[in-house]
Amino acid sequence: MALLEISSLHASYGLTRVLHGISFGMEEGTITTLLGANGAGKTTTLRALCAMVRTEGEIRFGGQRIDGRATEDIVRLGVAHVPDGRGTFVNLTTEENLRLGAYTRKDKGAVEEDLARVYGYFPRLKERREQQAGTLSGGEQQMLAVSRALMLRPKLMLLDEPSFGLAPLIVGELFGILRAVNAKERVSMLVVEQNAAMALDLADHAYLIETGRVVLSGTADEIKRNDAVRRSYLGY
Amino acid sequence: MDAFFHQVIAGLATGGIYASLALALVMIYQATHLINFAQGEMAMFATYIAWTLVEAGMPYWAAFFLTVAFAFVFGVVIERIVIRPVENAPVLAVVVVFIALLVILNSVTGWIYTYTIKTFPSPFPAEPIFGKYLTSHQGGAIAVTLVVLLLLFAFFRYTPLGLAMRAAAQNPESSRLVGIRVGWMLALGWGLASAIGAVAGVMVAPIVYLDPNMMGGVLLYAFAAALVGGVDSPGGAVFGGFLVGVLENVLGAFVIGNELKLAVALVLIIGVLVVRPSGFFGKVLVTRV
Repeated sequence: MALLEISSLHASYGLTRVLHGISFGMEEGTITTLLGANGAGKTTTLRALCAMVRTEGEIRFGGQRIDGRATEDIVRLGVAHVPDGRGTFVNLTTEENLRLGAYTRKDKGAVEEDLARVYGYFPRLKERREQQAGTLSGGEQQMLAVSRALMLRPKLMLLDEPSFGLAPLIVGELFGILRAVNAKERVSMLVVEQNAAMALDLADHAYLIETGRVVLSGTADEIKRNDAVRRSYLGY
Repeated sequence: MDAFFHQVIAGLATGGIYASLALALVMIYQATHLINFAQGEMAMFATYIAWTLVEAGMPYWAAFFLTVAFAFVFGVVIERIVIRPVENAPVLAVVVVFIALLVILNSVTGWIYTYTIKTFPSPFPAEPIFGKYLTSHQGGAIAVTLVVLLLLFAFFRYTPLGLAMRAAAQNPESSRLVGIRVGWMLALGWGLASAIGAVAGVMVAPIVYLDPNMMGGVLLYAFAAALVGGVDSPGGAVFGGFLVGVLENVLGAFVIGNELKLAVALVLIIGVLVVRPSGFFGKVLVTRV
């Protein structure tokens, strides 16, 4: 069964329509990426899934309709959003940030285990656990945002530009961990990326979005070989 | 020297009360970036509830805790009914709501209880402790204040709910994304602030006596305390409260006389705003352009 099904989703900021009836789906356990130019509506799509913008249309998560529900309730179903700009709680410590990720969970014992596991993925965060999160570097804050999302033990992770502003080496490290999490913990991921080449290497499936609509869809390999995509987004 | 010492200790006692109310102001400020002008009247109203309960024959401490619980619920209800609808309104509209709340609470209390000044009982024995320096009520008020501050600190520092409330005040959007019900956290903040205010009201009432305008002066000192400490710093508010209490007493006794005591608060408010708007412990806001 499809984990996520979106049909003719519209979204707008005030009077400005950004999504014009976008439809796509993703299977459980997969990594799907949304590609597209700036302003195509990728971030808005992720925000729409979490009820952070006004929407019309249908969103089903695990078969259940979630459009019209509050952000807090969608999170409780197991959707973790790594937002654009990282969403760090800058005045709290690294560890407090992580604990907030597990705020809705009832299994407190397992939360401690997950904290250790996340520190295992990102030892740098462990070194900085008592430090104010606002003083972390951009890369560390991105790791923190991903880790905070993992602390929910999500079924689906929404990642908005995880590579933004990171040194290539760190991007490689981060994507390696995302791949491992997907494989080991069966966490499905919907990734929005400006770095199309990296995103297509990570993903199983890809959609190309232009002005708020899906214009192309296929497996990551198919999309990679598509001439138009290659010229416009991969640059060779 | 003796007299000076006496004034300092008396100042600490009232300072604790200012600190509590200042802390209530700071809590609301951190979540909404607004000063709740009605904080004092909310405390006053709760103090009348305590008075009613005691008059009805309830033991003091039972009345005390019942009043604090009432004030908590009262704060939550006010946030839900009065403040929530103006959540996204312009600042001035919200300020008008605060002032309306102040006037309404004041007149409703006057209407129910009349404006006659009443005495309010102290739970502490009449004979002084520590020799002649401190009345028992002053000592008790300091102790109660410290317990409240400690409990509050522990709550925010060590409990998941306290952490969620801090998160919601700082970054509502990210808080929603980890599943925190931000609206309820704000209401809870109002409840806590109101409960702290009630403690301050009940502790100050035996000193200033009970009447609908009893908190006017106290609120002004609390404003001064919050500003001196830095209006976004809870620790600063507590420090400011004690400092203002001591300054008020010492200056009132030896320098300017009791009639001008309230002016100390006003001078402090203006002085801090002119010289150091972020207070002693507040964050200096730097914006990149």
